[in-house]
Amino acid sequence: MTATVITITSGKGGVGKTTATANLGAALASDGAKVVCIDADIGLRNLDVVLGLENRIVYDIVDAIEGRCRLRQAMIRDKRLPELYLIPAAQTRDKTAVSPSDMVRICDELRADFDWILIDSPAGIERGFQNAIAPADRVLVVINPEVSSVRDADRIIGLIESEEKGPASLIINRIKPELVQRGDMLDTKDILELLAIELIGIVPEDEHVIISTNKGNPVVLDDKDRAGKAFRNIAKRLQGEKVPFMELTAPDGFINRLSRMFRPGGE
Amino acid sequence: MLRVKGIRDGLLITFEDDEQSWQAKCDALLQHLDAQIEFLKGAKLALDVGSLAIKAADLGSLRDQISERGLSLWAVVSNSPVTEQTAQMLGMATRLHTTTPERSGRQADSSMQGEDAIFVRRTLRSGNRLQHNGHVIIIGDVNPGAEIIAGGDVVVWGKLRGTVHAGAQGNENAIVCALELSPTQLRIADQVATTPQGHSASKPEIACLKDGQVLAEIWNPAGSGKE
Repeated sequence: MTATVITITSGKGGVGKTTATANLGAALASDGAKVVCIDADIGLRNLDVVLGLENRIVYDIVDAIEGRCRLRQAMIRDKRLPELYLIPAAQTRDKTAVSPSDMVRICDELRADFDWILIDSPAGIERGFQNAIAPADRVLVVINPEVSSVRDADRIIGLIESEEKGPASLIINRIKPELVQRGDMLDTKDILELLAIELIGIVPEDEHVIISTNKGNPVVLDDKDRAGKAFRNIAKRLQGEKVPFMELTAPDGFINRLSRMFRPGGE
Repeated sequence: MLRVKGIRDGLLITFEDDEQSWQAKCDALLQHLDAQIEFLKGAKLALDVGSLAIKAADLGSLRDQISERGLSLWAVVSNSPVTEQTAQMLGMATRLHTTTPERSGRQADSSMQGEDAIFVRRTLRSGNRLQHNGHVIIIGDVNPGAEIIAGGDVVVWGKLRGTVHAGAQGNENAIVCALELSPTQLRIADQVATTPQGHSASKPEIACLKDGQVLAEIWNPAGSGKE
């Protein structure tokens, strides 16, 4: 097996990159794949908390890069899913501790043993972002359907294209269909027209996400959760399956508009 | 192969226009930096590559190698439009100091008529900055957060939603045209204007200076005054 390296980034902070990385990792692992998630947010690590693995960190990625441990020793195996691993970031350092070529080297070392390597990018466009996209085969951009997030995403997509890592794919996170219908939230059509990249998933706003995050349980592991289902669908699309976009709860008129926009067959 | 000079903002390294390959020049540069690494810690580097056309992968890789040494490459100056665009896309400056627009007063700048134009066939995303002494023609959109600064006219065959400055060197006869004129900010010479609230850009418009104020009107082939 040769892993596909996917970097999840956004530009803007707080839109759901870490949540998406954790849930996509868990979903892919649930589908039987061998997955390692890497937290590239050196100094502000969060992926370990969201996966509920923070108590088991002994070594982190900077330890491995600086030779204080072997890469395997920095990998934490998730106990809920047999083939999900995490390489945590360092909390006591900052992004200058890692370079783009370090990240490429680490991913090259991991490629033969995994199906997927997911990299959780930090917010911003500086060194942390450059580190995270250096080894990427594919980039997912996460946005919230609001103006500042879309503006930052446009910038980030421009940088991704100029680094020749494009085209990126888009995840619209935390959408509230009722607000879209009222015209209070950005319409998906307008977002796609500005960003002009392929849409790979829409995740509805769901309070379960915060509740589960606080407990360190990815929502994809809970069958009843709508956000969880959306992430599971994205994982399937990553694996090449054509999954129609979910119908998000709203009165009839809106559903018709939404399903007209997204033809089944994954556009 | 290369010359090093101290400037106000750090170091300026100039690549000589000789037959050496890009790789050889980069190796020489990195060698030079390594030899003086203690002295140079934290320095900002500007690079003049002359007429070399450099692609994103090469420039990005050099920038990464420089930053691994604790230094930063903040500007790339060149005669090549390809290199200039690459540098801008990677977020680097393409000039060493900002030039203030010359105040040429009220004279009609007829020399602009024959000025060269650059022609861009892609959408400018947020953060893209396009600067040119002559006219700028874009087939594509200009997204919010993108900037166009032109000494001459600006034509956007698409949606103009970013910021645009035509006649940036003082030419008050410069115009801005767009299929959809909704800029965040529009400047012609020294005048600044913004899109009025509630304005819906449904038809192509042309903006120019009339009586010292920015005026935008729907494009009317029969009668629009400026040449």
